[in-house]
Amino acid sequence: MLEIQNLHATVGGTEILKGLTLSVPAGQVHAIMGPNGAGKSTLSYVLTGREGYEVTDGTVTLDGEDLLALEPDQRAAKGVFLSFQYPIEIPGVPGLTFLRTALNAQKKARGEDEVSAPEFLKRAREVAKSLKIDFDMLKRPLNVGFSGGEKKRMEIFQMAMLSPRFLILDETDSGLDIDALKVVADGVNALRSPDRSMLIITHYQRLLDYIKPDQVHVLAAGRIAASGGPELAHQLEAEGYDKYAA
Amino acid sequence: MSLSRALETGDLAELPSRRDEDWRWSDLRGLIRAIPPASPDASARGEGPFAAVCSETMLVINGGSARIHLAAGEKKTIALRLISRAEGTSHSADVAVTVAEGAELTLLESHESFGAGYITDVEMDITLGASAVLERVVVATEAADAIAVTLARVGIGAGSKFAQTTLAIGAKRQRIETRLAHPGAGAAVRLDGVYLVGEKRHTDLTSTVTHKGEGGTTDQLTKGAVAGQGRGVFQGRITVERGADKTDAKMGHHALILDDRGEVDSKPELLIFADDVACAHGNTVGQLDEQAIFYARQRGMTLAEARALLTEAFIGEVIDRIEHDGARDVARTWASEKLRGLT
Repeated sequence: MLEIQNLHATVGGTEILKGLTLSVPAGQVHAIMGPNGAGKSTLSYVLTGREGYEVTDGTVTLDGEDLLALEPDQRAAKGVFLSFQYPIEIPGVPGLTFLRTALNAQKKARGEDEVSAPEFLKRAREVAKSLKIDFDMLKRPLNVGFSGGEKKRMEIFQMAMLSPRFLILDETDSGLDIDALKVVADGVNALRSPDRSMLIITHYQRLLDYIKPDQVHVLAAGRIAASGGPELAHQLEAEGYDKYAA
Repeated sequence: MSLSRALETGDLAELPSRRDEDWRWSDLRGLIRAIPPASPDASARGEGPFAAVCSETMLVINGGSARIHLAAGEKKTIALRLISRAEGTSHSADVAVTVAEGAELTLLESHESFGAGYITDVEMDITLGASAVLERVVVATEAADAIAVTLARVGIGAGSKFAQTTLAIGAKRQRIETRLAHPGAGAAVRLDGVYLVGEKRHTDLTSTVTHKGEGGTTDQLTKGAVAGQGRGVFQGRITVERGADKTDAKMGHHALILDDRGEVDSKPELLIFADDVACAHGNTVGQLDEQAIFYARQRGMTLAEARALLTEAFIGEVIDRIEHDGARDVARTWASEKLRGLT
């Protein structure tokens, strides 16, 4: 599914990713853990094509296709979804309007028919219910005045509605209490499937108790410093990241 | 000195120029080298933007006159279509609107273009009796190479309510001006505007409100976006004369510059000669939030779609203030279409 080879990237002239290599096969969930400043969020923005994150070397392919050559919206249409660490507030645009515009833009890019309003609303109601989101909240301007937990739930809601193939969850557990964490994890787990992969970026092991990864990688100083099974997450929790310090 | 005088007399010296303070950003004298011949008679085309929400229509084609009068207590919605179906010619229109005591008028005004290179001038006199209500919604869609000037002189009675929303996309030179004499006396004024200006278009929304008596309100909100080499001008002046105490006036003008080559010129003025008043103004010019654009694109919207959606949300606050449901929908759709064509 996703292949990253020797990825180097700079932000504002400073090299943050320094030769990162990673492979996430279809159907698998990989976790990226690492200390603050290791380049975890940079990786998520490089994969999604944010302006200001410049790739200086290396390749990223999704099912063999060069991801780095695509615009952010083209990557989204190919099925790349990023759940933001800090979801953006969009005043004046109801959540449902935003999401339907996005969904239809993706469908248009893929040459598919647009989703009709009734069809969209029916599905939105079902997904909102499963994520314990008050449907009226979706009619309000997106994320405006929402609590941290509500914003994260909205991210998962959007994710479920857009049915992406490759999911990146950037610090999705931050700002969530334990009940909200379970709801979010259930939502993510419901999306696990043989043709879908996930990259879970997290500082703490807590989220991985609920979303079980197939593999855990340690990102330190801009590259993968270690890889292992789920037990690596527990080891990191116990020992910290000190031994991976650059 | 005015465009209408120049068209009437053929004297270019009558044109306002950049030396006139109120015209310094919308100079006409440097722009018009000769007064073009008068536009020919023509027939209407299309139905106008408000056809679906209004059954009574008045037409003014290539200039002329129109009179709208509502008797005391009457209640009506009227579409006024000011049509320019002209190529390189000029025309003037004068319109008188009187709304007698206690009457209520919704005036849905469209400035429509089926031509090019014309000069059009509209002068309106609007009079509201005591406790009368007028909501005026103006959708001005001129040709890119037209010169279009509209001036409305508004007089309102005690306890009346005058609400206006002007939506404009500019022209080679477009100016829509409102001069309102406010008696105070419980009368309420809302004076709103939206401009969406692209290409090399220019629009100028100018207004003066003069509070002459005690206890009146004015609430003014204009929002605009410029793209390409578009230029938006906002000039708003609220004067509170001596003795016009208990006046409550606020003015807001907020603009987005979507391209580096776009320009916004703004002159908000509050001139206060009374003591006991509440007046406020806010004026901002900025750009769309890059983070919000990336967020929308990450969800699949193209750059153009993301910009249009966010700009639509930005100006939506003004459109939401239109009280007539049908007109509000027309305005929203119109703005949405114009935004998506904004380059």
